[in-house]
Amino acid sequence: MAREITGMVERRGAGLWLTHLLMIIGVLVIFFPIWLAFVASTVTQPEIVQPPMPLWPGDRFVENYTAALFSGVNVPVLTMLANSMVMAIGIAVGKIIISLLSAFAIVYFRFPARNIFFWLIFLTLMLPVEVRIVPTYEVIAGFGMLNSYSGLIFPLIASATATFLFRQFFLTVPDELAEAARVDGAGAMRFFWDILLPMSRTNVAALFVILFIYGWNQYLWPLLITTDPSMNTIVMGIKQMFPSGDDVADWPVIMATSILAMVPPVVVVISMQKLFIRGLVDSEK
Amino acid sequence: MATVDLDNIKKRFGATEVIKSVSLNVQDGEFVVIVGPSGCGKSTLLRMVAGLETISEGELRINGTRANDLEPMDRDIAMVFQNYALYPHMSVAQNMGYGLKIAGLPKPEIAAKVAEAARLLQLTELLDRKPKQLSGGQRQRVAMGRAIVRAPSVFLFDEPLSNLDAKLRVQMRLEIKELQSKLGITSLYVTHDQVEAMTMADRMIVMNGGVAEQIGTPLDVYERPETLFAAQFIGSPSMNVIAAEAREGTLHFGGVTLPAPTGITGPVMLGLRPEHLSPHPDGPVEMQVMLAEPLGANTLLHGKLASGAGFTASLPGVHRVMPGEAPLRLSIEPQNLHLFDAETGRRIG
Repeated sequence: MAREITGMVERRGAGLWLTHLLMIIGVLVIFFPIWLAFVASTVTQPEIVQPPMPLWPGDRFVENYTAALFSGVNVPVLTMLANSMVMAIGIAVGKIIISLLSAFAIVYFRFPARNIFFWLIFLTLMLPVEVRIVPTYEVIAGFGMLNSYSGLIFPLIASATATFLFRQFFLTVPDELAEAARVDGAGAMRFFWDILLPMSRTNVAALFVILFIYGWNQYLWPLLITTDPSMNTIVMGIKQMFPSGDDVADWPVIMATSILAMVPPVVVVISMQKLFIRGLVDSEK
Repeated sequence: MATVDLDNIKKRFGATEVIKSVSLNVQDGEFVVIVGPSGCGKSTLLRMVAGLETISEGELRINGTRANDLEPMDRDIAMVFQNYALYPHMSVAQNMGYGLKIAGLPKPEIAAKVAEAARLLQLTELLDRKPKQLSGGQRQRVAMGRAIVRAPSVFLFDEPLSNLDAKLRVQMRLEIKELQSKLGITSLYVTHDQVEAMTMADRMIVMNGGVAEQIGTPLDVYERPETLFAAQFIGSPSMNVIAAEAREGTLHFGGVTLPAPTGITGPVMLGLRPEHLSPHPDGPVEMQVMLAEPLGANTLLHGKLASGAGFTASLPGVHRVMPGEAPLRLSIEPQNLHLFDAETGRRIG
């Protein structure tokens, strides 16, 4: 942010052009592989394997994307997209609900061992999914939740980060607001619903974007617990499409799948950009 | 309309006693101001009446019924907070109507009551604004409106004017007082500003260190302060207090002799209000003036007595001080002398 502001205020003439030139080069460097993937998804298989690789889109866009969406390599991409969507939204919404409620409990209620609970939650920040993956698998398998949406979602739903974030936000809300609500006759949940939640909406939006992408990009956990191809998520599905042994890779379809896998997170980020930035920059009080 | 009775109310946080037994009977429609320096427990006392703090000991009765264990909303009170505590995401109308909405009133009725309160407070134009778009004084009015809308039995004010600038404070002071007497609602008002206390109160409680030093009308407290603390806290500039010796109808300090009520002997604390002093060629009090603060209508003179003790006098009109000037001689009417016990600080004459 700060750089952008100094840029707007001070940069003139050559400095302005230089910054833009650097920025454009940076964007090109990052964008080039994506462009190649897009090009590869619009040509035929022989065109890809034959060097030099084409740099401009071919005429097979409709055919390749239809093939990817409706038949895919193992499973139709449409199925995997739907699975990923359910998982990502499930994780994001679940995490937000749980962390809002636990932060609410920690900040607004006096109960025995309140601080111990907070630090226990905080400690789990240090344990990523990968560390606890074997016991988690045991538990999920024991509950018979392999190859199910609940198995994909529940183990990832608790979030110390989000709880901590909401706790910090709730601490900045003046105590008088809670007291005014009490005098107005609002019970605890009413206060949460009518006052705290609307005040947290930019934080919720920012967190939703981050957590949606976090959920969308889950790879290891879905790979472990989904053995049925119809439960595959798209991120692991791309990997599954890669040829093993003597199979022939259908690169145009794989590339089309990759491009399709990027679309939902991009849509989420762009559509919620305004709220997202507001949530990160200011906590509206 | 209600009475509020506090009966030996005490508050302990752990082992520390912050309110040491306060008793008070507030009459129906009375405006009682709780005044004291910060940390004297005045806000805690108010919050106990509101139900935001538990009462450790003693009994609180609102309208004759014990209210110690009632939730704030069941006490039929409304509170105005120091920082207004408006809900930032709600419009003015929603802020004012929130309590009624929770009480489950039908929407048209809420709208009518909000409109009525808004008219009373000249907020009608602002009903659709958010608190962020309002000035300090307007926010203050909305907070008042939120309290009025519910037509409570008791208003509680927790330093409602301390976030406003001086000019607005004077204006809002008048508005609150006017509104309260128009509505006739029993009110408890906490402030650290003795001018607010003097001007608004029907009766006031001067608090210090968790103790009610004096309860009485503002003029009572001003004219006959019961304790040294009340004497110095009320009145501006604050009262001069000098250690003196009482003997058979006279008072002595630093070479000065003043008449004293009979029957008092031994060391006393003598209180002289700066505004009760007047220049007199044969005045008994001799003051070396160091600094003059002209306020226009009167002038505050700060200086020293012959004994070296600091002393302040407030004289009407304009007085110029020249450096190295001869000491000013001041006299005081005998009825304006306040005598306090040197040890307990209680009034003795």
